[in-house]
Amino acid sequence: MNTAVNVKNIVHSYGNNPVLKKISFSVTRGNFFIIIGPNGSGKTTLMRIISGILKPDEGELDILGRPIHKYSRKSMARIIAFVPQLEVVDFPFTVYEIVLMGRSPHQGMLGLEKKCDLEFIGQAMEFTGVEHLARRRLDQLSGGERQRVFIARAISQEPQIILLDEPTASLDLRHQVRVMDLMERLKKEKGITVIMVSHDVNLAAMYCDELLLLKEGQVLSLGPPNEVLTFQAIENAYECTVLVDKNPLGDFPRVTLVPEKYIKI
Amino acid sequence: MINKQPFIIKRILAVSFFMLILLLVAAFLGLSMGSAGIGFNELWQSLSGKTGSNSMLPAIIWHIRFPRVVLAALVGATLSLGGLVFQALLRNPLAEPYILGISGGSAVGAIIGILLGMSRFPGVSLSAFAGSIATLILILLVSSGQTILKKDSLLLSGVMVNAFCSAVIIFLLSITRDSKLHNIIFWLMGDLSITGAKTVIALAATLFPFFIIIFWLSNSMNLLITGKELAKTSGINIKAITIALLVITSLLVSATVSHCGLIGFVGLVIPHLLRLVFGPDHRILVPACILGGGAYMIFCDLLARVLPAQGEMPSGVITAMIGAPLFIFLLKRTKQ
Repeated sequence: MNTAVNVKNIVHSYGNNPVLKKISFSVTRGNFFIIIGPNGSGKTTLMRIISGILKPDEGELDILGRPIHKYSRKSMARIIAFVPQLEVVDFPFTVYEIVLMGRSPHQGMLGLEKKCDLEFIGQAMEFTGVEHLARRRLDQLSGGERQRVFIARAISQEPQIILLDEPTASLDLRHQVRVMDLMERLKKEKGITVIMVSHDVNLAAMYCDELLLLKEGQVLSLGPPNEVLTFQAIENAYECTVLVDKNPLGDFPRVTLVPEKYIKI
Repeated sequence: MINKQPFIIKRILAVSFFMLILLLVAAFLGLSMGSAGIGFNELWQSLSGKTGSNSMLPAIIWHIRFPRVVLAALVGATLSLGGLVFQALLRNPLAEPYILGISGGSAVGAIIGILLGMSRFPGVSLSAFAGSIATLILILLVSSGQTILKKDSLLLSGVMVNAFCSAVIIFLLSITRDSKLHNIIFWLMGDLSITGAKTVIALAATLFPFFIIIFWLSNSMNLLITGKELAKTSGINIKAITIALLVITSLLVSATVSHCGLIGFVGLVIPHLLRLVFGPDHRILVPACILGGGAYMIFCDLLARVLPAQGEMPSGVITAMIGAPLFIFLLKRTKQ
């Protein structure tokens, strides 16, 4: 029971377009696991399959050692929480109301809240630093604040696994670090397994325990960042020239893009 | 702690109580006023069980105005509720209940029913329902499979179906050459005048369970409008809920369309207005729309009865004349 997610021979295609071609890997419980890969490599599809949003054409998926189809929707929602890419919500919900919705898998059909629900969401909002925004409307917040609101919602779901789809994509540097630090604390303090799709290989290298590099729907490599982020692997996957050296902050690689004008033959 | 917001159940009860008062006030006005005279006293006397006045007014109140007021309340409630549901499903606060073409489809069904000489209830109701379900199936087929849940494809196919239904209505009107024509046109503009107490009570009994079901699904609608992926990972079966809401709403809409034609803008204005006042929570908005939409429609129908010097005008005229400017105002406000 040490694996959070076990993916075996997953195949999926949109129409005639195969996106995932027999993917297998597993995520250890309590790890920070990041999926990287070029556009169209199947990262988001893989994420959607693990979260139960999408059903794969073929293959098996175990969550905490049980096949995913043995879970009901609600019991699944009590184990896995999902943080989508920034979504526009045209309805003027307050931060408080959005975070409270995270409790719905623990509530009845009408979602009437109890005292303990309020405690949970209070903690979740404090954890992500949005409690001062509680009465504000979601559409009045910045991208970084909104992202933290949806993370608070995911936390108040009391999950064992949190999935995030490119949470830092449209954020400025400060908010990028803030979101990643939050995930690190979530892993360390609450023992939650964090699985994230990311475009930023350097951020990924600094935070993750394991990295999965996808290319054209297949696993190119899997392991700690030092093993995965070699210049050969990155150049193979992304088809661009990079320089990889040791990050001065610690024992993980640093990837630098090399512009055309610096490429000497 | 951040527990500043009152518990949801208290807010639901408080808002519902307030809207209920509005509805009762509207109903009182609707019952006591009309072309046969104003009878606050008579209404009050017959409400409190006293009989003594020998005027015709009590009979008019209970046999003519009462069914009409109840019908107006039901129509307002279903149209507002239909608007609220469509706005949630399309995740667009400015969506219109007629946007999917379901009301257009039921209008086609109803006109065919009238042309075939069926009775209003249940004949025309059933043909209207058949029309709306046919359009619903058509729309679901056009935007089939995964794309059911994409708001734009649903919207676009709705626009197409609506345009088609309008054409069919005009076509049917132009090939009709008898006394039925006036009947149909008056009905198309939204007319609440032809009903008896029995029909109205049967209609109320039919609609009420569906109001309850929609309230039961109101929290799922909250989750749905914050994003379909998020709703799914919060344990919601969005496909089942979407289809259930679409079928129930088309049923409600066709039931009212067959009784009173196309009454516009209620479904657009009431949910939007209530959302501005009470916020976006559907657990509050569903009861508020039922009660508030009913009150609004009773009021509009009252104006339609009282304003003309002679006879009366279709209430659809009033709802559109109040609704359209209000909508433009809201549209400008939300754009800022």
